[in-house]
Amino acid sequence: MPAPWAVRGLRNGILTSRWPRHADEYFDSFVSGISVDQGPATAGKRLALAQQGTLDEICPTGALRVVSHGADADLTVDRGRCILCGNCVAAMPEVFTWAAGSATGVLQREQLVVGQLSETDETLAIVRSQLAHRVRRLRRSIHIRHVDAGSDGSDEWEVQALLNPVYDIHRLGVFITASPRHADILLVTGVGASGMAAPLRRTREAMPDPVVVIAAGTDAVSGGLVGQGYSDNRGVGELVAVDVWVPGAPASPFSLLHAILLALGRVPPGGTR
Amino acid sequence: MTLPGSTRVSSEALPLEQWRTEVLQRLRDGARFGGLYGSDRNGATELITLLMTADGVNCVRTLVTPGPGGELHYPALSPDVCAASWYERALHDLSGVIPDGHPRLDPLLLSIPTGEEHPRPGRQSRPAHVSAEDASGPTDVAGHVFTLPFGPVRSGVMESIELLLETPGEDIPHLNIRPHYKHRGIAKQFEGRSPERGVLVAERVEGISSVAHALAYCHAVEAIAQVEIPRQAALLRVVHAELERIANHLDVTMRLCDAAGLAVGTARFGWHKETVLRLVSRMCGSRFGRGVVIPGGVSRAPALTYSEIAAAVSRVRVLVHADVQALENSASFLDRLRATGPLSAKRAREHGALGPIGRASGFDDDSRRRRPYDAYGELPDIAPPRNDEGDAMARTRVRWHEISTSTALVLAALDQLPSAATSRPAPVRAENGFAVGWAEAAQGEALYGLEVEHGVIRRCFARSASLHNMVLFHDVFVGDIFTDLPFIEASFGLSYAGVSM
Repeated sequence: MPAPWAVRGLRNGILTSRWPRHADEYFDSFVSGISVDQGPATAGKRLALAQQGTLDEICPTGALRVVSHGADADLTVDRGRCILCGNCVAAMPEVFTWAAGSATGVLQREQLVVGQLSETDETLAIVRSQLAHRVRRLRRSIHIRHVDAGSDGSDEWEVQALLNPVYDIHRLGVFITASPRHADILLVTGVGASGMAAPLRRTREAMPDPVVVIAAGTDAVSGGLVGQGYSDNRGVGELVAVDVWVPGAPASPFSLLHAILLALGRVPPGGTR
Repeated sequence: MTLPGSTRVSSEALPLEQWRTEVLQRLRDGARFGGLYGSDRNGATELITLLMTADGVNCVRTLVTPGPGGELHYPALSPDVCAASWYERALHDLSGVIPDGHPRLDPLLLSIPTGEEHPRPGRQSRPAHVSAEDASGPTDVAGHVFTLPFGPVRSGVMESIELLLETPGEDIPHLNIRPHYKHRGIAKQFEGRSPERGVLVAERVEGISSVAHALAYCHAVEAIAQVEIPRQAALLRVVHAELERIANHLDVTMRLCDAAGLAVGTARFGWHKETVLRLVSRMCGSRFGRGVVIPGGVSRAPALTYSEIAAAVSRVRVLVHADVQALENSASFLDRLRATGPLSAKRAREHGALGPIGRASGFDDDSRRRRPYDAYGELPDIAPPRNDEGDAMARTRVRWHEISTSTALVLAALDQLPSAATSRPAPVRAENGFAVGWAEAAQGEALYGLEVEHGVIRRCFARSASLHNMVLFHDVFVGDIFTDLPFIEASFGLSYAGVSM
């Protein structure tokens, strides 16, 4: 006779991550983006890439762009388009490198374009304070309604993982709910297929304000790889007003958790050490 | 060791009149219906039927030319081959071909208003937009029956699909499956890409079986290019494919525990699944093994040593085995699965039910054993499952059995890997040609028909086991009630992305 379930549940001790109160090795080490080296050492390579005009041959989703500055060339990566295929890293490892860390969600779509000089600090502050004002009454009991708007199926696994004992979002007062009437956050995955436009809109309309909308995964942010199709799959931003953009192919559970806390203004300032 | 699949693939083109007779004859001779799709040929449409034989594939093709009004007609297979029913509906939606005599030609993947353009896979141009109607499903039931729409936004964290249940209150005598909501137009996404790039799309057909789809796709590319992949790559492909299978079966077990209200079981299997996904991500960077399988081999060796992987897999095996034993002793769990959602052996055989669903009903056509690829031929034989009762319990036990056999395969492959020479992927030049590729996903056989022209993909037919098996949902609600639905659904273990494409 094996041990009863209650005993079995205690057998392996505490499995739960201590993030956000403490750092988590997997949170910090998980590769979830591409960085561009903008240093002088690789200036020649960048310029050559820019002049060849072969960026779209390297990147299947058109996430790489050239921002020229005279003799030098700055390259940008749009993480909202990046599907982490690694083609650019393989083609030009001096310029493109994998970036670790799960704090990937942002409040403005433009923030996902890395390598670009940020000129939006002021508007970002406004967006942040408006969002903070909107969510101030949500406090510490948050209910999420998830909608799949044309995912490849992997995004649902990552959202579901938030409930497993390793991430255990219940410890943070965050719950998944079946009813849009009870929901505070609308978490949307998938490319925004035209067939899901009406069901997604109806779900959003059934939710009582205030509502925070999270676009989860590169598919939801921009349509990703399959997003140039006939089915209007260019991301969910065209179907609902998005507050938090989370890249990733798919967005990892830690990235999703970070995005949820970001929406609620609960990401600890200055990291988690 | 790793022969390209082309050696077992035969292909022939027949006039339309002979085509149907020939297909029916071959099915009578014991072939299994594997799929049917259309490819545009300058306004005409070529129909390609994939028939799985004992050790390979027959492709029987024919050309449907437009009638005087431009319409495309052919005599439907469905009246004689019920497994063809959904393929002909999909063919109608995508290619605009009308199968005459089809018993129910409702839209399946895409509802296109009469007169509007169809996407027509295989045609070089891409429609900018295809207008799809958002009509409600059929609700014209009579007597003491009403319809209840489940979805497309489901309760909990699930993929979008609508199950339109027809019920007198508790039983489910009939249901309509409407998967079109999340149709992404995958078929057209392959076209125009290079064969090297196409694998990225294949990984996204069914995201939870990325490795298996990448394998099936790459086998087709490698058959066209006639390359043999290095032994190290063949073994590493097995490691990744089997880890993906383990994760999928753990997911199904977790969902079954959740349906049974077994909180500790849900948490335990969720944890085991997370452990496997983290192991995969530490090996290759992606939790779903993406970017590993490429035409010609694998992109890179794992970031962990073989002994580290073996140790991690062995640890999970011990924990999973103990928790499965606990489930086998939990009457409250077993009672919900026994006799639930039974699929008869006859129905499984005539439909050619794939993967664990077929095996649990006594129809075992595991492509790893029957049509071996990569390193499966040189690894220890996979013991067939012992359960064939056909109910949700049998399907679950088959999956548990597969967790064991998959673990054994991973360990056996890891054992042989140190002896395999480190090698780069074989160079692949696929310029022109047609080939079929397959791989056994956790859901069952993934089947690809790939046509390359002038170095770019002209048409790629991706057939997931989910699409093939989903129809069987209609057959398994015998005497079952509402509360059995989550058990039946979880025990099927399908991905709806792979159904609606």
